[in-house]
Amino acid sequence: MKRFTRRDSVILGAGAASAIALGAGRVRAAIPAADVADPGFVPESGAALTVLRPSKFVQGDEDLFLANTAKFTELTGVQVNVDFESWTDLTPKAAVASSIGSGPDIIMGWGHISHQYPDAVIPLDDLAAYLGAKYGGWWPMAEKYGKQGDRWISMPIGASGGRIVYRKSWVEEAGFTTVPTDTDGFLDLCRKLQANGHPPGLALGNAEGDGNAWTAWLVWSHGGAMVDEENRVIINSKETVEALKYGKALYETFIPGTESWLDASNNKAFLAGQVGLTQNGISVYYAAKTSEDDRMRQLAEDIYHARMPIGPAGKTTERSLTVNAMVMQYTDYPNAAKAYLQFMMEAEQYDDWLTACIGYWNHPLRAYDASAIWSADPKHEPYKHVLKDALWDGYRGDLGEASSAVLADFVMVEMVSTVCAGRMTPEEGAAEAQRRAERYYDRA
Amino acid sequence: MATTAEPRAPSLPAPNQSWLARALDHKPTLIILCLTPALGLLLVFLSFPLLFGIWLAFTDTRLGRPGEFVGLDNYRSLFADRTFWTAVWWTCFYTVVATVLKFGLGLWLALLLNHRLPMKSLIRAIILVPWIVPTVLSAIAFWWIYDPQFSIISYVLVDVLGWRDTYINFLGDPWNARWSLIWANVWRGIPFVAICLLAGLQTIPPSLYEAAMLDGASPWQRFWHITMPMLMPILAIVLAFSVIFTFTDFQLIYAITRGGPANSTHLMATLAFQRAVNGAQLGEGSAIAVAMIPFLVVATFVAYFALARRKWQQGGSDD
Repeated sequence: MKRFTRRDSVILGAGAASAIALGAGRVRAAIPAADVADPGFVPESGAALTVLRPSKFVQGDEDLFLANTAKFTELTGVQVNVDFESWTDLTPKAAVASSIGSGPDIIMGWGHISHQYPDAVIPLDDLAAYLGAKYGGWWPMAEKYGKQGDRWISMPIGASGGRIVYRKSWVEEAGFTTVPTDTDGFLDLCRKLQANGHPPGLALGNAEGDGNAWTAWLVWSHGGAMVDEENRVIINSKETVEALKYGKALYETFIPGTESWLDASNNKAFLAGQVGLTQNGISVYYAAKTSEDDRMRQLAEDIYHARMPIGPAGKTTERSLTVNAMVMQYTDYPNAAKAYLQFMMEAEQYDDWLTACIGYWNHPLRAYDASAIWSADPKHEPYKHVLKDALWDGYRGDLGEASSAVLADFVMVEMVSTVCAGRMTPEEGAAEAQRRAERYYDRA
Repeated sequence: MATTAEPRAPSLPAPNQSWLARALDHKPTLIILCLTPALGLLLVFLSFPLLFGIWLAFTDTRLGRPGEFVGLDNYRSLFADRTFWTAVWWTCFYTVVATVLKFGLGLWLALLLNHRLPMKSLIRAIILVPWIVPTVLSAIAFWWIYDPQFSIISYVLVDVLGWRDTYINFLGDPWNARWSLIWANVWRGIPFVAICLLAGLQTIPPSLYEAAMLDGASPWQRFWHITMPMLMPILAIVLAFSVIFTFTDFQLIYAITRGGPANSTHLMATLAFQRAVNGAQLGEGSAIAVAMIPFLVVATFVAYFALARRKWQQGGSDD
């Protein structure tokens, strides 16, 4: 391994080194960057890193992530092994690593998990301060997930946003030019789609992404929440009951079987033409657009996106699935880990990655609003500000052990699915969710 | 000229032997040496995790921070938790129904394979496939088979045969999901039962059947009075193992339903994992796991002692 000096780290931070070393980098004037002193993370001698991160949903994500990692290795000599883990197994693996004090040096896990074991990670205040100052600051939700109090316990690298994905021709056939922005209009559209044989379908199974995303939106959009600002459980409220009544009406327009849908189910059903509307990340569009099948590419022409409707709460209430990088306390190479994260977040690398996954992992730093990916295709636009507008798991309370446990126990998803499937009334469903959530919050 | 050496008493080492040779000739030392690796493995990989798990069950340990002893608090909390009791009930139901089906079908298959069949060895190898395939792969295959939109079963029933108008909601309805999981477990478990029982069948001396036939015994009488009694010892062992495997099943549920819909298919093992690891409540998760032990002990003892070899099978009479 070549000797890496503090001076090299400055070059690394500027991002120019990759262009010099590889001759392939490009200067991105489009991403505004302030002139900020480099934090100067010098990788330890003999450093090697293992990174655990979620498996890809869009191929460009994996390709560019690995390409950027290879650039880092070429520049610094630090070997980096990247393990892609299924979404379901990511949290267990991170939990085991933090618990036994051994495993990947960097874990890129769901945003809430660093709040489960904040003492198992190395604070990233210096890195976060540098990146925030250089790239126009962090979006509010990035700070919410990354910080505990004043301390950065993890660093957001991206977030997937759940938006409405729909077939434009079928929506027009139903008499709409676009997806209504209010919940009543949205229900009307779903009913007409169903009547025309193109029902919507939103996931209600116990999976990390889609089910949590839209059920949280459902409750929040009607003014409900799991807890209040003091972390008192308030899910059993008239707002939740109204949300569940609305959810049941919406569910009655769905294609049958959504109670068992996991994260990939709606993608499959949508691309097979079984549903005319769903809620998902931009991966459905990506899969169709980049397919080698002509029919799929034609389908991509008909795929459009929209923000989730605004309900009685009167504001956007979407959830983000945030990925945060944690540098684990047990690592022998904290500086190498920070240097790696810095490198990956610099514009020369990050913008390529953002572009390659067409914004599937949405940017946490404001400057990346200027990325060309957001103007390359108007269909990307609804995904542009996931971390700017989203609400967090455990909204309106704190992120922490209790909010994570409630999320892991699928309390919100199961409340909605049980009521939708008619196994409980909205009142019973809300009361049961209250009882389940209190088990966690009362002992937190 | 042939000479015969004076035999030396094995327990008396020669005076000029090294200390190592003398130690190895010392029977108690040799026993300790031979047992130590096995005991070490048992202690490190079985006893320690088990005892540690039991300890955790009496603490409020969370991931990332040590807990304190809380006595029976976790159990008090679980006692009032409907999800836990649903998991207990479903685990018992799943184990009993799947085990009965696996034994019924497995015994039937073993009896068929015990007859003279062309390409018997090949057929036996093929039958083992469900057992050999990694569980998670077969679970994913079943996830597709039970998919609400792309199920091959629904496709055949609706689009090919026209026997139904709608696709079957295999995993979206609690009871549909439960029976779907039971069948997936049965499909996977039959080969183990069938091959073990086949091995048992082949140890039964043909002369017993010949004698019975000469006495005019019917096929049913031969099965009931010769096959079943002779098969009981191995049946007891296989049943005990099968009960343990089924009761502690994890992968099928985790890959196919993840405990849904609405927690209706959580086994105790999957619920323990969800609470302990995903939910970070290590103490509570351990308490659920420890709660499995009494069920397992009782089930195993019942299976073993109810069916174990009796004296009459060896020519004596039962006490």
